Amino acid sequence: MLKSKLLLGMCLLLFSAGAPTEPGYMVGDAVKDFELKAVSGEMVSLDDYDDAKGFILIFDCNTCPYSQAYLERIKGLHAKYSDQGFPVVAIQPNDPVRSPGDSFEKMVAYADENGYEHAYLYDETQEVTRRFGATNTPHVYVLNKDDGKYVVNYIGAIDNNTRSAADADKKYVEDAVDALLKGKKPEVTKTKAIGCTIKWKAS
Amino acid sequence: MRIFSLISLFCLVIITTASAQNNAEVIKFDRLENLINESGENIQVINFWATWCAPCIKEIPYFEALPENFKGRRLKVTLINIDFVEKLDKVNSFIERKNISSDVLLLDNIDYNSWIDKVDKSWSGAIPATLIVDSKTGDRKFIEGELKEEELNNILKEFIKS
Repeated sequence: MLKSKLLLGMCLLLFSAGAPTEPGYMVGDAVKDFELKAVSGEMVSLDDYDDAKGFILIFDCNTCPYSQAYLERIKGLHAKYSDQGFPVVAIQPNDPVRSPGDSFEKMVAYADENGYEHAYLYDETQEVTRRFGATNTPHVYVLNKDDGKYVVNYIGAIDNNTRSAADADKKYVEDAVDALLKGKKPEVTKTKAIGCTIKWKAS
Repeated sequence: MRIFSLISLFCLVIITTASAQNNAEVIKFDRLENLINESGENIQVINFWATWCAPCIKEIPYFEALPENFKGRRLKVTLINIDFVEKLDKVNSFIERKNISSDVLLLDNIDYNSWIDKVDKSWSGAIPATLIVDSKTGDRKFIEGELKEEELNNILKEFIKS
């Protein structure tokens, strides 16, 4: 009995290799800066944004239908909030071997086709994604600059209606950023949504 | 004449039976909640999937094979589809094309944050995801992520044993 449990455990470990084992950042945690390659070809860090009061950081990709459903809303968030100091930074976490439509070349083409104004970064090693504890796309982390550190203030979905922005009566990310802009803490700090799993590299 | 009617009737029965294919039933969350909390002798295997989710589609045959693999264990497989309700036709043609025989329920509630925690607190919302419940003991096991066939069978073997 014990032996078979051990065996099963080993099998599970084997099969789940590559999936994150750390829980990732929680609300209230300060995040470590990173340097990732953007579709523009430049290397981008959070510190590059001199005027940022915070960030709407979104783990996002080309291929997930839920990312596609939120595409215009993500662009809208950047249009609305970048001038107010909360730009959108999107990070593509998927392994292109498992998800060929998410290769760097395809990211470049996708951002171009869709007129991305926001940064679209490629987390080739998946280290940043792992550190954040992102699980699906699109998965949002609202960061607020606090004493020189970027602190997580909200984790979760963009709003409560994937199908249609007009029918969403809870706009979680907008509410969180609006609160931060007024110097307040967001009321809702964590939500969940259906999304596509992040395609981790097979190790 | 009478024989002719009988033959026609016979043909009609055959045609109807042959065309009675499995269809997705559209449900609200309360129905899923009832299924999770059902009392009885069944081991409920509840798998969350969508037609747009490639890893989900890959593992469906493994779930379809479970009742045969665990014959006599009162194992009940339910596939909870989370496509948008307006994709019902697409879901049904998928069921037909793949010849799916498990119950398929299309959960029509896209206010995901209102119900994900009620399925399992550890669920991030990513699919595929699978919940196994022993209706008799209330024991539960939740797995987020894609399963290989052997892995699924081993998890169930262990679950049934414990």
